[in-house]
Amino acid sequence: MNAVLALIALATVAAAAAAMAGRNLLHCVLMLAVSWAGVAAFFLWAGAEFVAFAQLLIYLGAISMAVLFAVLLTGRSREDLAADRVPARRALYAVLAAAAVGAVLLAAVAATPLAVVPAPVPSVSVRQLGLLLMGPHCAALLAVGVLLTVALIGAVVLAAGERPEKPGPAP
Amino acid sequence: MSAPAQDSALERAPVLVRDWLTGFLPGQARWAANSLLDIIAILAVFGLLFAFLTLAERKILGRVQNRPGPNRTGWFGLLQPFADGIKMLTKEDIVPRAADPVLHFLAPVALLAFSILTFAVIPYGRDLVPVDLDAAVLYFFAASSGAELAVFMAGWASHNKYSLLASMRALAQLISYELPLLLSFVPVALATGTLSASGIVAAQSGWKWDLVPRWLVFTPWGAVAFAVFMVSALAESNRSPFDLPEAESELIAGHLTEYSGFKYALFFMAEYFGMCALSGMAVTLFLGGWQAPVAALEFIPSYAWFAAKLLALLLGFIWVRATLPRLRVDQLTRLAWKFLVPVALVNLGTAAFWSLSAPWEGPLQLLRWAVALALAAVPALLLGRGLSGDLGPRTYRYA
Repeated sequence: MNAVLALIALATVAAAAAAMAGRNLLHCVLMLAVSWAGVAAFFLWAGAEFVAFAQLLIYLGAISMAVLFAVLLTGRSREDLAADRVPARRALYAVLAAAAVGAVLLAAVAATPLAVVPAPVPSVSVRQLGLLLMGPHCAALLAVGVLLTVALIGAVVLAAGERPEKPGPAP
Repeated sequence: MSAPAQDSALERAPVLVRDWLTGFLPGQARWAANSLLDIIAILAVFGLLFAFLTLAERKILGRVQNRPGPNRTGWFGLLQPFADGIKMLTKEDIVPRAADPVLHFLAPVALLAFSILTFAVIPYGRDLVPVDLDAAVLYFFAASSGAELAVFMAGWASHNKYSLLASMRALAQLISYELPLLLSFVPVALATGTLSASGIVAAQSGWKWDLVPRWLVFTPWGAVAFAVFMVSALAESNRSPFDLPEAESELIAGHLTEYSGFKYALFFMAEYFGMCALSGMAVTLFLGGWQAPVAALEFIPSYAWFAAKLLALLLGFIWVRATLPRLRVDQLTRLAWKFLVPVALVNLGTAAFWSLSAPWEGPLQLLRWAVALALAAVPALLLGRGLSGDLGPRTYRYA
């Protein structure tokens, strides 16, 4: 089982690394999508079926589309999609920031007492998940719903813009 | 229902054949062999269905247009699909010089792979569920959402203005219609309380007054949800009247412009597979899956019922193609956002009312039906009237 996890982790990290190192923005986006699929595979491996499929549906189906549209609508030409080589200074800052975040994460992981004995895999059905979400965690669900609705209305307002004068009857 | 129906030799035949083939293998190997057999069976059945569906489509379109259709290859043109296959295989595969070769190759492969993935969770019969997942319907929609990425890859990798524009148009269509497709499924989850495909089929078993099957399509909200689902399925599988992504007669075949030979055939295959999978899902969600419509006909094996319902829906798809002209792109998105999405949302309320009023009895039943029918029909009628106000027949003045 651990070999499978190692394979999934390797593929996910490799795809993410390729997404960061790539010169062509479109290829980077597609590699990012592969890495999201890798995360979904990890959820599947861990037995979280529902989360895995939700991850695929939301990230591969929706967010990758949003990123692709953003890339295509902001770039002026195909040549614009080729990213410039990163200057050494900026690369250094990036490494420093990554090291800082990594150190914080490592410290957090090291300070957390983890169960050494493998815990029994909890089998949660979609039904239980739904009842939990609609029952004890209803407030969180509602808050997320309100947030998404606000985002949706904001997007509509942004996209609608000014309404042009009503044109006369078509000639 | 009755024990003999479940145990009849015909009903058990596929399982018996599988056990006879793999029974001698030990635990893990047997599981792997069974899975492999499932995959081979799905690919063979749907591959052949695809081949003969293209023939049936051409024949039926021909008859509708008062011409014979293909009738030269084999008996009644029965060998036509194989001739087409050989033609596609031997055609030259052209990759434009400026194209992105990897993505250009990967796009049809990814599209076909995603559309085949969706076949895994459909219950084809009482004992014929390839993978019985707890979140099967979610899996189905997750797998079919990968198609959008593949369409984009095809358009972008071709390095052709028309392809890119067309793939953007196709994406707008796919994303718009994914919403009503998912929303029309939500009331089903609400009523059955499960996301498992076999659970949804089981929830539709039995007959009311021993006569009317308890299929979800026979409830007021189920009928509306089924209609919304089928319209969205037409659009999601790029079928006429929503075939703007391809539209070879006026939009130069869209994102398929730079594809030829077998890659083009793969796109074609993916379209038909998607159509079959969505129809199979519609049968599972609304038409009672593999259940027989009448108790007396239960001796016919369940997979035959599933096949009959699936074929009926597919013939409906072909009939629609023969009947309706193509929509304009603004009409297309307008239909999705201004009509289907609100209707599906209201329908969610109707389904909630229906399941809350389930314990009502006697004359209250009549009230229940009246309220639910009104909730189902009135918003759709009002919306339809309101939206078609300025869409009446146009008057053209010629010079």
